[in-house]
Amino acid sequence: MTREEFITTLKKIVQPYIQDEEAFHNLTEDTDFINDLKINSANLVDVILDVEDEFDIEIDNDSMEKMLSVKAAIEIIESKLAS
Amino acid sequence: MKKYEIIALLPYSPPFLFVDKLTKVSENGAEGFYIFKEDEYFYQGHFKDNPVTPGVILTEVMAQIGLVCLGIYLLKDQISEVEKPKIALTSNEVDFFLPVFPGEKVKVISEKIYFRFNKLKCKVQMFNAKNELVSRGTIAGMLTSE
Repeated sequence: MTREEFITTLKKIVQPYIQDEEAFHNLTEDTDFINDLKINSANLVDVILDVEDEFDIEIDNDSMEKMLSVKAAIEIIESKLAS
Repeated sequence: MKKYEIIALLPYSPPFLFVDKLTKVSENGAEGFYIFKEDEYFYQGHFKDNPVTPGVILTEVMAQIGLVCLGIYLLKDQISEVEKPKIALTSNEVDFFLPVFPGEKVKVISEKIYFRFNKLKCKVQMFNAKNELVSRGTIAGMLTSE
């Protein structure tokens, strides 16, 4: 999967939970889920659970705490897929 | 953790404590009941001269018994009198089928959908004394110990 494909998939996953439409529209690897997209902590859990289902991986507590931006999410997904 | 210990750890007090007794609790769900007093404060205004339990209060009863009591049980290894539970309702979607009047007893049954990363999401149902479905829905909250 290319970076662009990862970003497209993540955009689809986060869309139901975002508050900031403009930040969502301009989403890049540097976009932060909480500070930019204004996703609340409860919905961030839903994002993580949806990522688990989409990629058929399991996210542990340590990875969850790091998964705060698009870039961090892609890195974690890639490392889980590789292991 | 004993059922009465769970109730003692609830962060509510009258007139906003809506758990009389917890009858069952396990890793997968909770069951308990509440009897609405004839003189609950909200009957004064809901409705004028026609007391009916507000839907938001029914939702609260469902959340306190179904979600918060279960959450305290699930966090049992982390909480105590010192490490009190911290709770925030994060979403609910509830349908109502029957009215509940002053003096009625309601039973709440919850079933865990998931408890991950401190978010607890449950399917919750409420029944009246005739075992008729009063309301049902999905309620979620964040739970941590301080």
